[in-house]
Amino acid sequence: MGKLTWSAIPFDQPIPMTASAVMLLGIAAVLVWVVLKGHLPYLWREWITSVDHKRIGVMYCMLAAVMLVRGFIDALMMRSQLALSTGGAAGYLPPEHYDQIFSAHGTIMIFFVAMPFMIGLMNFVAPLQLGIRDVAFPTLNSVSLWLTASGVLLVNVSLIIGEFARTGWLAYPPLSELQFSPGVGVDYYLWALQISGVGTLLSGINLATTILKMHAPGMSYTRMPIFCWTALASNLLIVAAFPILTATFAMLLLDRYLGFHFFTNELGGNPMMYINLIWAWGHPEVYILVLPAFGVFSEVISTFSGKPLFGYRSMVAATMAICLLSFLVWLHHFFTMGAGADVNGFFGIMTMIIAVPTGVKIFNWLFTLYGGRVRFTVPLLWSLAFMLTFVIGGMTGVLMAVPPADFVLHNSVFLVAHFHNVVIGGVLFGAFAGYTYWFPKAFGFTLDERWGKAAFWCWVIGFYVAFMPLYGLGLLGMTRRMQHSVEPSWTPLLHLAAVGALIILAGIVCQAVQLVVSIRTRQRRWDVTGDPWDGRTLEWATPSPPPSFNFSVMPNVTGEEAYWGTKQRAIKEQRLADEPQYVPIEMPLNSPTGFVTAFFTTVTGFALIWHIWWQVAFGLLGAFATFVVFAWRDRVEHEITAEQLAKIDRERRRVRTEALANRVPPA
Amino acid sequence: MIGVLNPAGPVGAGERIILYDSVAIMLAIVIPTMACTVFFAWWFRASNTRAKYRPEWSYSGRLEMLVWSIPTLVVLFLGGIAWESSHDLDPAVPLAGQTEPLQVQVVSLDWKWLFIYPQQHVASVNQLIIPAGVPIHFELTSATVMNSFFVPQLGSQIYTMAGMATELNLLADHPGDYGGMSAQFSGDGFSDMRFTVTAMPQAQFNAWVGTAHGSPPLDAITYAALAADHTSTNAMTFGSVIANLFHDILVMRPIAAAPARDGKGS
Repeated sequence: MGKLTWSAIPFDQPIPMTASAVMLLGIAAVLVWVVLKGHLPYLWREWITSVDHKRIGVMYCMLAAVMLVRGFIDALMMRSQLALSTGGAAGYLPPEHYDQIFSAHGTIMIFFVAMPFMIGLMNFVAPLQLGIRDVAFPTLNSVSLWLTASGVLLVNVSLIIGEFARTGWLAYPPLSELQFSPGVGVDYYLWALQISGVGTLLSGINLATTILKMHAPGMSYTRMPIFCWTALASNLLIVAAFPILTATFAMLLLDRYLGFHFFTNELGGNPMMYINLIWAWGHPEVYILVLPAFGVFSEVISTFSGKPLFGYRSMVAATMAICLLSFLVWLHHFFTMGAGADVNGFFGIMTMIIAVPTGVKIFNWLFTLYGGRVRFTVPLLWSLAFMLTFVIGGMTGVLMAVPPADFVLHNSVFLVAHFHNVVIGGVLFGAFAGYTYWFPKAFGFTLDERWGKAAFWCWVIGFYVAFMPLYGLGLLGMTRRMQHSVEPSWTPLLHLAAVGALIILAGIVCQAVQLVVSIRTRQRRWDVTGDPWDGRTLEWATPSPPPSFNFSVMPNVTGEEAYWGTKQRAIKEQRLADEPQYVPIEMPLNSPTGFVTAFFTTVTGFALIWHIWWQVAFGLLGAFATFVVFAWRDRVEHEITAEQLAKIDRERRRVRTEALANRVPPA
Repeated sequence: MIGVLNPAGPVGAGERIILYDSVAIMLAIVIPTMACTVFFAWWFRASNTRAKYRPEWSYSGRLEMLVWSIPTLVVLFLGGIAWESSHDLDPAVPLAGQTEPLQVQVVSLDWKWLFIYPQQHVASVNQLIIPAGVPIHFELTSATVMNSFFVPQLGSQIYTMAGMATELNLLADHPGDYGGMSAQFSGDGFSDMRFTVTAMPQAQFNAWVGTAHGSPPLDAITYAALAADHTSTNAMTFGSVIANLFHDILVMRPIAAAPARDGKGS
């Protein structure tokens, strides 16, 4: 069994043991319920093997939501540890445990919360907005999802068997080398991220191809909704940046497994190279996450202002400018490495230049609100909170782009406050806005507004109470990743930050309650028309939830805001366009390929972590066999007949025509 | 008050000016933007019948010009500050001072700091004694993983990396005690990897060097024990140091058990 023995399970440590027991019991309870209720065949047929981009998108978001809870529990433990370990107290988490928690928190929040949430939204929304029936490679999409889940599983297994990395979320060598981290923690980190990284790369290729090559008739690039543009930029960045991450991790793995010396202290290794490479991926990664969020805000602000997005072409230009510039700034993550004034000055200025297109976006959202009829729904509230919060995070970011300012702020909790300011205020608020905005499209009923607003206020207030003190603590000289506090003057601010985390906890509880309440009261909140927000883009032209093929007939796009134009014409003429000719279509068959592949990659990853070589061979063979079976398949598609299409579409037309009667044509 | 807003030397003071100036410049644009966000959203609320609804208004060449130029101008201005200040406050550039800089060699160990005074032939652990008003030139490396040498009140931090020597110049204006730390996570003992900088008048510093010479030597065995110890320690002083210790650590040569050289060069 390689390095794996019973001593790998930390029976003597109550915290991880309790956590894993609760987790295992939870999983077992859900499994038993699913099996006893006879839901398993349904889940297998309709979800696990689904290649429908909407289902895959929903599953990505569910994965992100579960991991958000896990990552947030880590955050609560960190904040409480730091609030308790003041004035010489040791707190309750010893360094060897605390170090795992902050490493896991960062890794999980970026790779397994922010990434799957954004990829989920892009998967769900982009094909609908483009007026197409699926992504370019539907089965590959399912493989991507399950590879991400495989990575998630490995990270969570580390809680029970062995340990997680104690190196921070980017595992800088030489600390992450065998010499300084001989345990399996770094191996869990590396293999989990290698496997999910492949999934992300495949997903990037898939979505970039889809957005570049597959459009409804008339949907030219300059008529694509802005969310599709931001998704395109994000996926191009994935395609360009993730191979760097994979290669960098591969080199570290060679160091750890085969005694290479890419990044070791001795024998010519160069850790500085790792730091350069990881940030050559890491900075674009920031924009991979935030660009789709920008897209969400653009859609939400435009819809709820009842106006087209202001300066659409400027927004597209700004998005693509950010996409390019994001590759030219990575060195600002280590101005303090001593590269010299010219290099630091250059990268400082390049970093600031990114603030120009970002600023343009903020102003364009502002002018989208201007002259609108603003409806304060939950998605719009998230967007306004984003605009107010993100400019603060942007400002502290530009501040740290000035090298001498960074010399005193780098690695401090001021930096921690900054990136939570942009990641929570930008990415997470965007995810929540998108979740609330598109939920009725995915499930056919809206989310409860009151609980949504309660969650919103808890999150926003909690965010400010938790992170503004960190700006102050950074200025007081507190560095990040400290396991206990050493200065009495930090204590009040640390206590305040812990209170903030508790307010955020209340926000998460409100979100859970909102979901339960909304499901229980769904009879009152059905989205009958498929257009609950008076939307402007094509996803609102479909019923909620859309049929597996999205559109019975491909929409014909004649201008920007494809659906808005059609809708206005219908309102004016008080009738829908003539019924189209229905022709049969082919849709891809569901496939267990993704799930089975991920099973074997999990087996392989676990075996590699514990050096169980026979199991590595078994896992790799299994994954290859799965590929061969998939490649030899005979039937790939099934037909949907014209009658089926007509039946669904006529029902859609009937409710839309009814809805038209309530819409008065503008004078 | 401790921290970077209460500098005790020219480097920290210069950086505080940069910090304040940059924030002020950005607030000039950030505050109006935030105010406009709140005002526009509130004024154009759906229930406000006095607000004019412009359902088609989505382009204005003049406004586009404005939204691209405002951030561009701010960035041009800030970019100038970034470029100039990167050169003025480059950690490797020697500080102007009336006296020759004091040389200090810094080695980060698990999890403590070793300071070698090559001119005085003494060394210390976790306490850095310096003369106030005298520029200090640091040469830094690591005998373990990467760390970052940082004294918030004196200014600029810099990484310490094995096999690499970085440079830093600092100066303490007045006598006093200033907290220092590692600002780069380096493992389990990281949180306690702290040291105190004590700046004192030159005469008192000279006296300290004299007393320090009476301390035990930092020989190969002591150094090996120190490096292998993997804990933080209380402050220590060494009356003599193995010749070329910093250089040998830098090039990763095994530290030879050569006789320690004492301060009088005998």
